[in-house]
Amino acid sequence: MDIPAPVDVRPRVAQIGDGTVPVKTEARDLSVFYRDFKAITQVNLPVYAQKITAIIGPSGCGKSTLLRAFNRMNDLVRGSRVEGQLYLDGQPLYDSQVDVVDVRRRIGMVFQRANPFPKSIYDNVAFGPRLYGVGGGSTLDALVEKSLRQAALWDEVKDKLHQSGLSLSGGQQQRLCIARAIAVEPEVILMDEPASALDPISTLRIEELMHDIAKDYTIIIVTHNMQQAARVSDFTGMMMIDDHRAGRLIEFDQTQVIFTNPKDKRTEDYVTGRFG
Amino acid sequence: MLAAAAVLALVLAIALQLWNNSALSRAAFGWAFLVSSKWDPALTETFGALPYILGTLITATIALVGAVPLGLGAAIFVAELAPDWLGRPLGFLAVLLAAVPSVVYGLWGLFAFIPTFVRPTSLLLEKSLGFLPLFRGPVYGPSRLAAGLLLAIMVLPTITAVSRDVLRAIPRSQREAALALGSTRWEMIWGVLLPYGMSGFLGAIILGLGRALGETIAVTMVIGNNLDLSASLLHPGYTMASIIANEFTEATFDLYVHALIEIGLILFVITLLINLAARVLIWRVGRRALAGGRA
Amino acid sequence: MKVMSGRRRLWRKSVNAMMLGLAGVFSILVVTPLLWILGFVVREGSPALSLTFFTELPTPVGVPGGGIANALVGSILTVGLGVLIAAPIGVLAGVYAAMHPDTPLGVALRFGTDVISGVPSIVMGIFAYTLIVLPQRHFSAVSGGIVLSFIMVPILIRTTEEMVRLVPNSLRDGALALGAAEWKTSFSVILPAALNGLVTGAMLAIARAAGEAAPMLFTAFGNPFMNLDLREPIATLPHMIFVYASSPYEDWHGKAWATALVLITLVLLLNVTARLLVWWRTRHLGNLG
Repeated sequence: MDIPAPVDVRPRVAQIGDGTVPVKTEARDLSVFYRDFKAITQVNLPVYAQKITAIIGPSGCGKSTLLRAFNRMNDLVRGSRVEGQLYLDGQPLYDSQVDVVDVRRRIGMVFQRANPFPKSIYDNVAFGPRLYGVGGGSTLDALVEKSLRQAALWDEVKDKLHQSGLSLSGGQQQRLCIARAIAVEPEVILMDEPASALDPISTLRIEELMHDIAKDYTIIIVTHNMQQAARVSDFTGMMMIDDHRAGRLIEFDQTQVIFTNPKDKRTEDYVTGRFG
Repeated sequence: MLAAAAVLALVLAIALQLWNNSALSRAAFGWAFLVSSKWDPALTETFGALPYILGTLITATIALVGAVPLGLGAAIFVAELAPDWLGRPLGFLAVLLAAVPSVVYGLWGLFAFIPTFVRPTSLLLEKSLGFLPLFRGPVYGPSRLAAGLLLAIMVLPTITAVSRDVLRAIPRSQREAALALGSTRWEMIWGVLLPYGMSGFLGAIILGLGRALGETIAVTMVIGNNLDLSASLLHPGYTMASIIANEFTEATFDLYVHALIEIGLILFVITLLINLAARVLIWRVGRRALAGGRA
Repeated sequence: MKVMSGRRRLWRKSVNAMMLGLAGVFSILVVTPLLWILGFVVREGSPALSLTFFTELPTPVGVPGGGIANALVGSILTVGLGVLIAAPIGVLAGVYAAMHPDTPLGVALRFGTDVISGVPSIVMGIFAYTLIVLPQRHFSAVSGGIVLSFIMVPILIRTTEEMVRLVPNSLRDGALALGAAEWKTSFSVILPAALNGLVTGAMLAIARAAGEAAPMLFTAFGNPFMNLDLREPIATLPHMIFVYASSPYEDWHGKAWATALVLITLVLLLNVTARLLVWWRTRHLGNLG
């Protein structure tokens, strides 16, 4: 059975309410290969600036692969390659002229399991800025404080900045990682199931902070938790595996539409819990 | 099991034997043995171990100074940077170096390494830095520097292999976190991997140190075995291990033998402490990797 | 919005390239001595090699010809004796350590193994001297074999322990559940499964023991003649190299190189084979039936 072509969303701006929103980053005909295996195929995904875009779908459908394509983390896997293109502010990301290090600064990432460095809380957050030459002293202090505030962690750690990052609880460590990512002042933040390893209360706190920071950053979140996607995101993309075991983006629309009136039957089945 | 008990018995036996058979010397000289430099079996029959202790420490230091950057650098290359088809064989060869018997190192050191490398380098050092007591000539052939450099080569496989294992034990998530922040490969290695595995690397270094301290045959063959008290690295010298090797079978009377055995006792204790410290440090990196993995 | 200056970017990239390149250079440097040594040994040692080299006894200085027959035999005898003593103890202790890692005895055993493996070989030599040679007032091949066994035991324990750990628990538990006594399980079930690994361990231990010269100085002591009596001093390959190399005679230096060639070939062959066995074995880890 052949899967029909994905819903094509080409326009560079979306009509939302009474304003237009530009596209910050997008995937065009993007396919990712690990040696001969095609992991995702022909994805066309626009991500709108200062909005939260969720990517949902059953396990193994390539959500993480798609997410990692945005900051070129797939490059780390030997034998991986890309067809199609990814754009940031209209500039291609997969190009020989592009400096990967710079891409990763502009597009930050928070991982599924919190992975703070075995350094102090302060040094964790300061790691990124120090790479970029932010000297010690008050500039750095201010930056660290600002990042920790945005990650809703400042009040809990302001008196123990020099304790190890590993001494925090799971939820706190994840917020530390968010602060660390924010500290390099990225434009886009990628979140790979950031709360899946956390308890419900920590999860809610992270969702709250996502709402708070969304006005400053463009966020793409991968989640297998549909309720979370519905709560948090402005736009949602639905992915599924096709007959060739490659992941496809089968539908993309504003979150309300996806969850109340999806156009594709498979999407409807998934969001109503009929499978997956 | 009996076998296990036998092994432990062995450890105790070694310590015991060394202790007992150095009794005469310990009684005669006490703690002063460690700091006296008088070694005169012929006339006054007094013994002091200081020159040998110093000689051992000097050669071991030279060895580490040479081996640590090289070994760490190679381990980083093999574990992090090289593609598989290059890294595996290189790693294998680096470790194979450890299988070469000490006496072959000594042979090569004496007739190949010293003439072609150490001697010209020493002459150069003497010419340019000879005003420093550290590099004062004259340059013969065998010297502390030669022994130190040869030890560096012998210790390289230990440091490289253990460092490589330490690097491999560091969880992948740490690397991803650093790179995702926009660090270069080197910044990731320097800023995250090295600090993370620091106790392991220290363990590797200390293990290497342990090996360098106890090395006998190769050192004996290239150090010149001369009771030289100057500070110059370019002069021949002595280490604890090499004096035992040299004089043990010549030791004609009991006090002499006991003094040499006492040096063996000192060597035993030092290497024991160092190896234990190393094992503890390496063990700590493994524990941290486990702890850090928990969310 | 913070923008990275072009200069900073260039600086970071250059440092990166330089350091990574340096690491590559270092790894080449690390491998170089091995090739250098091998090259020299082969070059200097091969001229003196001949069939007679293996079958004749050493000749006095200046007399051409002569060989290392006595040292070959001596090495075989001492190392063989060492293996005979060390293997049972090492293997059994290794099995114990793998099966009871958390008991006080198990922990102490591992600790003891570490200690012994860290003892410099010359200190081992002194120990054996005081233990055996002194009371007997006699250097002997036996004492040489014994000191080698001390050196080999930790290697055997460690490799045995690792190999036994690789044997799937199901195999062990299955046998125990059938009511077999523990030592019986060890013998009939675990050891055959780990046999391959034990052979590897034995090879590595033999390679190490064959190359030890320092302990021989005070135990086997060396012997210019052929000797098959274990209670007499005996020549060994590494000891012979040491003696030849330390002498002032040119032709003895040549003999030292040739002997070294023989020794290093043997040792490297053992090591490479052992490691290949390990690599091959861990690739086929499923096939233990």
